[in-house]
Amino acid sequence: MNKEAHTDFSPAKREWEESLKGSGTSVGKILYTPEDVAELDYMKDLGFPGAYPYTRGIRANMYRGKVWTMRQFAGFGSAKESNERYKFLLANAQTGLSVAFDTPTIMGRDSDHPLSLGEVGRCGVAIDSIEDMERLFEGIPLDQISTSMTINAPAAILLALYVVVGERQGVSSEKLTGTIQNDILKEYHAQNTWIYPPEPSLRLITDILVFCSEHVPRWNTISISGYHIREAGATALQELAFTLADGFAYVEAGMAAGLDVDRFAPRLSFFFDSHSNFLEEIAKFRAARRIWARHMKEKYKAKDPRSLMLRFHTQTAGCSLTAQQPENNIVRTAFQGLAAVLGGTQSLHTNSMDEVLALPTEKAVEIALRTQQIIAEETGVAEVIDPLGGSYYVEHLTSQMEEGAEKYFARIEKLGGMLKAIEKGFFRREIERSAYDFQKELEDKKRILVGVNQYVDQHKVPVEILKVDPAIEEEQKKSLAAFKEKRDNVAVRDALAKLKKDAEGTANLMPRILDCVRKGATEGEICDTFRTVFGEFSERAMSGL
Amino acid sequence: MKKKNIRVLLAKPGLDGHDRGVKVVAKALRDAGMEVIYLGLYQTPEIIVEAAIQEDADVIGVSVLSGAHLSLFERIMHLLKDRGADMAVIGGGIIPDDDIPRLEKMGVKKLFLPGASVEEIATYVESICSGKEKV
Repeated sequence: MNKEAHTDFSPAKREWEESLKGSGTSVGKILYTPEDVAELDYMKDLGFPGAYPYTRGIRANMYRGKVWTMRQFAGFGSAKESNERYKFLLANAQTGLSVAFDTPTIMGRDSDHPLSLGEVGRCGVAIDSIEDMERLFEGIPLDQISTSMTINAPAAILLALYVVVGERQGVSSEKLTGTIQNDILKEYHAQNTWIYPPEPSLRLITDILVFCSEHVPRWNTISISGYHIREAGATALQELAFTLADGFAYVEAGMAAGLDVDRFAPRLSFFFDSHSNFLEEIAKFRAARRIWARHMKEKYKAKDPRSLMLRFHTQTAGCSLTAQQPENNIVRTAFQGLAAVLGGTQSLHTNSMDEVLALPTEKAVEIALRTQQIIAEETGVAEVIDPLGGSYYVEHLTSQMEEGAEKYFARIEKLGGMLKAIEKGFFRREIERSAYDFQKELEDKKRILVGVNQYVDQHKVPVEILKVDPAIEEEQKKSLAAFKEKRDNVAVRDALAKLKKDAEGTANLMPRILDCVRKGATEGEICDTFRTVFGEFSERAMSGL
Repeated sequence: MKKKNIRVLLAKPGLDGHDRGVKVVAKALRDAGMEVIYLGLYQTPEIIVEAAIQEDADVIGVSVLSGAHLSLFERIMHLLKDRGADMAVIGGGIIPDDDIPRLEKMGVKKLFLPGASVEEIATYVESICSGKEKV
């Protein structure tokens, strides 16, 4: 900036500060000026979209070239019900699928397991076998749609199931596009859907990285997630720092497994929350891109530009929604969706207004989808790339978040790295403290939640919510029993025995998992085989709880 | 002081891994001077009831966000009855209004749903425990 060309504003600034005296405005900074971005170097810190350090966006033309994918997370009941919901969403112009599995599937249990009682199909779709998976995608050509699957500990199995469905549809694995969440580290921090301890879990992940680099090259192998970390109570900064730290840990794991960084890094993707503080969220997304690019280039020496580009999916914040006056959630979601778009997300899920109460009804999810379409078609924000770039406040916040994240990286390193920090309970304690502070702020009214601690409505309006038919659990169990009867049980036992042997060794497990799935082994049976070899993780393994 | 004698066992049954709320409640009840045993995630009704008896809990707090609340609470209440245990059971999580009467009929004393404050939970626990003298 050429100082001579601009009028000196210090007198005006002093005048403004004077005018605030006695007005009662005091705490915190309320105005940002060129002084706050004096250190900012456009080319070094921002650059152009589609070029290092990608702060302004990962593509040269961003939404002018390709609008973000409208990808609503969905799933409930059995494969049949979910297949219907997917067809409804696709008919309403959703552009990508996102599968929600039920708690038994997420935890590697079949629908007939004692622990699955009462849980089948409640939080997502029940998938036990290849038959269920085929039913889930019936009438949906896998070479024409990309599918994201929210699955972690059993991710390798769900990926195998998807590949085999593709095979049966005549679609080769090279053509498949999609994502598996497959981010075990954040399970230990926040989401808790682990099965095995960290080391064997990372082995499963690196096996997937290697397998996909050869056979499913268009697949996003990990969706390195901040969403769950945020939902567990973390602040925006913790979400940013812990997610990126996880990302770097996967890069190191992949490289330790013998892969050249550029061989797998281009297919790592991310998943962030979009919470209520509008401008902070936008800064968070921009900081994430810059931090990732810098570390990948300078620390990990990645050469492929795609290794430096942080691509992400966003979900609006479930934890910000209220059970009281649920229609207000439509408004919250709209602002949060807008923040994600202004932050340059590649893919977006907008929550439905009734999601504090239950899984979304068709009507509620339609409004959520229309919210995205209104942002895309009517607000004009997608016509210009990174429109908030250059804002004194947003650039200041972006830099501040980057600095804060670097401080966290240093702390994690001091604790001995990611796995040691997990063992010491570092992440969980940080998140728990933030969660508690948030609750205290609400109860002390330092933080207002409209309809909950202010603008409260005395009369409750009944809202119609989605109810999962409990009969579905029995039907699923019957269908599973019939499936087990039909299949060649000798072949299944044999395949599982071979899987166990490979798990005890160091071979890549994906080919064996595929074989098991083709022969009709269930998800629970494969997970149980791994349980006998890898052991089961307990939260007590993380001290400080 | 009566407050120090209140023992609360908190747990999450079934396959629901959402523990933000229950951990906030645990800390708040500890801050209010109660002894809190948080059993953790993925417990079975059998383990919860056994632990409540072993720990001589005054109150059991159960958190369920997975939609499996009817089966899980039913098993817990049934097991408590079988063992002749009379500690109060409270709950939290995502529970549709329609299901509350059924849970209350099972014997669940009170449910704290989204929007509830930790202050009201602590006050409630204190109120149901007052009058129970410890030897």
